[in-house]
Amino acid sequence: MSIAVRHPGIQTTVQDLGRPMWQHIGVPVGGAMDHCAHRIANLLVGNDEQCTALEAPLSGLALQFGTSALIALAGRDITASLDGRPIPAWRPFRARPGALLVVHSGCRTTIAVAGGIDVPMVLDGRGTCLRAAFGGWQGRALRRDDTLPIGTPSALGENIATDLDARQRDIADWSASTTLRPAYSDAPTVRFISGPEHLLLTDASRALLLGATFRIAPESDRMGYRLTGHPLSLTASREMVSSGVTAGTIQLPQGGVPILLMADRQTTGGYPRLGDVIAADLPLVAQLRPGDSIRFALTTLDEAHRLHRARAHDLADARRGLFLRFAQGADGSR
Amino acid sequence: MRPRTIIALGDCAVTIDFPHHGGPATRDLIGCLEGRLRADGARGVTGLVPALRTLTVHYDPLLIDFDSLSHYLDSTLDALVITAPPPRAPIIIPVCYGGEFGPDLDMVANTHRTTADQVVARHTAGEYVVAMLGFLPGFPYLDGLDPSLHTPRRASPRTVVPAGSVGIGGASTGVYPCSSPGGWQLIGRTPALLFNAQRTPPALLQPGDQVRFVAIPADHWVSAG
Repeated sequence: MSIAVRHPGIQTTVQDLGRPMWQHIGVPVGGAMDHCAHRIANLLVGNDEQCTALEAPLSGLALQFGTSALIALAGRDITASLDGRPIPAWRPFRARPGALLVVHSGCRTTIAVAGGIDVPMVLDGRGTCLRAAFGGWQGRALRRDDTLPIGTPSALGENIATDLDARQRDIADWSASTTLRPAYSDAPTVRFISGPEHLLLTDASRALLLGATFRIAPESDRMGYRLTGHPLSLTASREMVSSGVTAGTIQLPQGGVPILLMADRQTTGGYPRLGDVIAADLPLVAQLRPGDSIRFALTTLDEAHRLHRARAHDLADARRGLFLRFAQGADGSR
Repeated sequence: MRPRTIIALGDCAVTIDFPHHGGPATRDLIGCLEGRLRADGARGVTGLVPALRTLTVHYDPLLIDFDSLSHYLDSTLDALVITAPPPRAPIIIPVCYGGEFGPDLDMVANTHRTTADQVVARHTAGEYVVAMLGFLPGFPYLDGLDPSLHTPRRASPRTVVPAGSVGIGGASTGVYPCSSPGGWQLIGRTPALLFNAQRTPPALLQPGDQVRFVAIPADHWVSAG
């Protein structure tokens, strides 16, 4: 069971949901940028939500399947094809031996395969740490002619595949519900909780942070996004000492161009912290491309946690629904 | 009660700040608290990040809420017995100074109106302590740089600093464990592996460790990569 990389795309990596327990020695958390897309794509092929999947920014990834596989795509604005035939996102589909899957366009597409990508556990995670070159597939982004091993599908994944085969369908006639998917946009408003140095912003800068539209600069990657268009300034410079940061932290370096930290962020940072985008809205950020825009709105910790729980409950419901439908097999015994 | 504030860092982390603190006593406090929390293995605590005067606790809000976490951290702190970590022998880091390994050595010497040999002598005479790890896997922030070697960072950072590079950034000195962009002045390079994900423990250094640098000739360079 393997996948041959015919075209590696642009920095396609193997990801899971990160390795948070090694931050004390400076190891980035990493993992999928868009946890929601990663979890849903895995669910659709019967995997555990933290199972490894491929994360393909933008366009160009082409994969050839050595054997039959059950696959699902998730992300924003995905155009993909299997042997030239258009493939929708958010629903499982079958690839026959030799089939060629191409991601023609997208923002940050999750490609989940039943059984996951079979890579070794390193420091309690299987995701790629590009900075220190370990984890994932040989500690690096995919290259042409890599051959990726696929793991063993779960019973649920086998049943989903068997059901499709029994009904002679290549593409499922069911999908992840639209309410489950994040409300992706090329100009989202994301909510944040104010950070320790938020009050040090000048009045004018504070108004900009809450009202202005920022643009995602080209020099943005898995570590963080530079937000251009409205330089911000502080009333006084503060002597900062390095301290922990998190995915979603909005930092303000000298120069006034904010940086929004993402999955491969450093564990600590020494710049003023204006606030932190809430976990429920990070998938919207993960799916932004250079040139897209973003606005910010303040929220509370209680509201953030309420949204986080609601998302988790929706996912748990979806998982239960899949088990009810497929757990007992596709042979009519259900 | 030890003065501290617990502040939300987004909705999945809190930072415990010990204001007006710093130095060895604070490092011991933070180290003991981190050790206690790690030993507890409390449900919902997903990551611990000690820094110079803060400990950041990452958590899963589905498993523990902010109030329960704050209460747990407060009561743990109040009951905490602080002990100095068992002494470890100083860790010696061999360095090839200057030349292709330390392209900024002469510049640093010029800045301080001295010679490259003097810079090396002062850098190797220092007794350093690991204040914290961060920035890169295994990257040590070292206290103890001779004030006569404090040098501003480069105006424009290098896009690639090779792994093992030994640099000076302001009042700090440190070693890049892996290749990275970086703005520090590079005075040498070590073949020592500061980080290896396959090794136990993966990081050569830990907070509180004492570090010394020794100069080795370039022809003794053995890449341990």
